[in-house]
Amino acid sequence: MTTFSYLGLTLLTFGAILGTYFWRGMGVLFASRVNSAGAVFQWVTFVSYAMLGGLIARMVVLPIGPLEETSLLIRCLAFATGVIVFLLLGRRVLPAVLIGVGSFIAMIFFQVLLLSS
Amino acid sequence: MITNPRAVDRIAIRDSLGYPAITLLASMIGFGSLVNESGLPLGMAIAGTLGIWGLPGQLTLVEMHAAGASAFFVILGVSLANARFLPMAVSFMPLMPSRRKGMASDFALVQMLSINSWAAGLKRFPEIALELRRRYYVVFGAICMSSGLIGTIIGYLGVEMMPREIALGLIFMNPLFFAILLSGVNNRPSLIALLIGAPLGLFFHIVLPDFDLLLTGIIGGSFAFWIAQRWPQSDNSP
Repeated sequence: MTTFSYLGLTLLTFGAILGTYFWRGMGVLFASRVNSAGAVFQWVTFVSYAMLGGLIARMVVLPIGPLEETSLLIRCLAFATGVIVFLLLGRRVLPAVLIGVGSFIAMIFFQVLLLSS
Repeated sequence: MITNPRAVDRIAIRDSLGYPAITLLASMIGFGSLVNESGLPLGMAIAGTLGIWGLPGQLTLVEMHAAGASAFFVILGVSLANARFLPMAVSFMPLMPSRRKGMASDFALVQMLSINSWAAGLKRFPEIALELRRRYYVVFGAICMSSGLIGTIIGYLGVEMMPREIALGLIFMNPLFFAILLSGVNNRPSLIALLIGAPLGLFFHIVLPDFDLLLTGIIGGSFAFWIAQRWPQSDNSP
């Protein structure tokens, strides 16, 4: 898989960096001059969150790339495990992620064992 | 009030080397392994980590590119995924004013801003003298960025040496990390936007794959905005 153009990827990455810096730079320009809870800011924040919610769901349910070779059930179970552990056990990020990923690896491992036996 | 520069350094090192550095190391290991598994070069992983410096935008870049979106939409998508930096910078930068007039250095410093430094600054700044706050922020941010950079490289190079199950686990870590970090936000309308976005994202990915994330963001975000206008809340953390 090395069929990419370096120039194209460089421009794309640079564009993405500029597109991100746009918000940071605007933040410095507007610092303490605008109300950060203003309606436009709020709307942009919600657009961003909705987009990220969509991206998470897509990465879990309809992944592109290597996760395609894993089963949907395992992905959903492991994802739910991580999020539930996070919500139930004092909202600690790292233990929740480790338990979620650990359950994912364990399930793939046992699935391979079951299929090969 | 802390007025000794050395003491500020020590606090910044102690605050960053614990939880933030480990979290960043782990999440960027996931990112690095995803970039490798997507068949993209190491330079892109490093540039993504240091240049974008925010997991949601970094994942958007790799995922939208892998999904075959055109460059224009990828860049627009990454930019929108990072829109939270605007309210974050607006509320944060005035907390560490520069001694000199003008704000040239602010434009450089703002690149280090992330949810970690934002949260650490809000917590520590009240006990640090005004002229030493930038020092705290720079030391804290430099350690966080180094940790993220090391994680990216470890993930990119390491994923090839791992057994397949673990490599897949590292890639799976991305959406999980992402969901858990975002669901920790104490702002109900933002969480509603996140939850509305999930089904919309799947729907538009199947129906209109070229515009899926943008439509999801605009429709889901506007709906969440409408809800928030009807039930206003006092809390507005980004």
